Amino acid sequence: MYDTIIIGAGMSGLAAGIRLAHFDQRVCILERHNTVGGLNSFYRQRGRNFDVGLHAVTNFAPKGARRGPLARLLRQLRLAWDELALSPQVGSAIAFPGVRLRFSNEFALFEAEVRRHFPHQIDNLRRMVAELADYDQLGLGDTNRSAREVVGGYLDDPLLVEMIFCPLLFYGGAREHDMDFGQFSIMFRAIFLEGLARPLAGVRLILGRLARKFKALGGELRLRAGVSRISVKDGAVEKVVLEDGAELHARKVLSSAGWRETMGLCDDVRPGGERTAGRVSFIETISVLDAEPRSLGHAQTIVFYNDSDSFCYEKPDELADLRSGVICSPNNFVYDQPLGEGVMRITSLANYDRWAGLDDNAYRLAKLRWYDKVVASAVRFVPDFRSSVIDTDMFTPTTIRRYTGHENGAVYGAAQKSYDGRTHLKNLYVCGTDQGFVGIVGTLISGISIANRHLLKV
Amino acid sequence: MTAADIQKAILDILSDIAPDEDLSDLKADVPFRDQLELDSMDFLDIVMELRKRYRIQIPEEDYPELASMNSTVEYLEPLMKNVAG
Repeated sequence: MYDTIIIGAGMSGLAAGIRLAHFDQRVCILERHNTVGGLNSFYRQRGRNFDVGLHAVTNFAPKGARRGPLARLLRQLRLAWDELALSPQVGSAIAFPGVRLRFSNEFALFEAEVRRHFPHQIDNLRRMVAELADYDQLGLGDTNRSAREVVGGYLDDPLLVEMIFCPLLFYGGAREHDMDFGQFSIMFRAIFLEGLARPLAGVRLILGRLARKFKALGGELRLRAGVSRISVKDGAVEKVVLEDGAELHARKVLSSAGWRETMGLCDDVRPGGERTAGRVSFIETISVLDAEPRSLGHAQTIVFYNDSDSFCYEKPDELADLRSGVICSPNNFVYDQPLGEGVMRITSLANYDRWAGLDDNAYRLAKLRWYDKVVASAVRFVPDFRSSVIDTDMFTPTTIRRYTGHENGAVYGAAQKSYDGRTHLKNLYVCGTDQGFVGIVGTLISGISIANRHLLKV
Repeated sequence: MTAADIQKAILDILSDIAPDEDLSDLKADVPFRDQLELDSMDFLDIVMELRKRYRIQIPEEDYPELASMNSTVEYLEPLMKNVAG
């Protein structure tokens, strides 16, 4: 009998596991795949390491900072700042036709850019930021206000509104077009007020640290241990049944599999349920270069681009949306040593159904074709790196579906979140993407806060 | 445990919670919240570490007693007098 079984060894499951194991619970994390990570993972192919998920860690705070989500999660997980080995970004930009707003981990740069391009909006922006600063970071109430409505009350230039929403939606928008104002506050702070960073070794470093910490505390991590069913009796989880037939018992179960996905495992719940699956998915092209992006004239960390004045964050009709995207150059962080090969990753909105409907041959062909299209679209906003490409890879919504288990390959999960982490069963809770926090730091905080609130009762 | 033992035990817990923090100049009469910017999650952790390490139960209504080093030691002294140092 375990004290707690955690479904999924992603960031949130590992963080929750560390908390529980630290306080002497008998904890088992069940992971369907042969490695940890879930949405944020990595793989090796043709002798190269590829990261998926994480472009950057948001909520950057320098060593010694005591405030903010990063400091909080370090304390909660008993990690020293140096253990995450974060290197800050060089600088990023939001590129729309004729306007490019640069931002960095110093908010003053973004303010200066807004003053230059939108002189009538700078005071409005400051008023909005002052309100956000007061917003409780774990403020779980007041989440149903439309962010577009609230932001529109401060900023009256629609182009600036679109430019601010573009990175926030790309990095955390579970639903189309808009987000809750609570979510907006968290994302705005995470990206603009705090900023971006990355470990030289990528996401694998953070995941490795978390997994080792969990195991050192006596936690049990079972890989290739997919859950086939949560058996329910008298309004509670009775046992967890694995795909190989093994049956596990625990006082409490914490699932990071997603809301609908978790409900789908419960044998007392009819499929479907009252909540709809998310629709927002992405493709990503990964281009390995024979040169650093900087030597090709590209020194920015992340470029969020959109080729018209209005930004449509929605499921496209075609396989992918070529109008907008995110260009990430993992080389362009302030590391102590060079990253090695140059890499350009480009993320664009994509249609899960279209990709899932392709047969094997058509899928392979579509990957080649859409790699070319996405890169051609992106090089309108950054120097053309195509003649330097020496290796490529690509993931699609079906890849995301396979590795995260999220229906529709919905990266950020369902539109409706379960902020309090409770379910219809008294000993089953959810954390991770569908609990509501996004980004690396957000999802770690999700695992921590749900573990604290429901599983670590004093 | 003597008052000095309890103070050392609390410092151990704080250095575990905030490994980057230099605790050598921690002021005993100033609230932790103001010096270390500890939040409610951190206070809960101090309580849980005390339970884990010394089997001390602290009811929720007493959490405010843990505001500063002085008040914490004063509050814990009777509870921990029989705990081995």
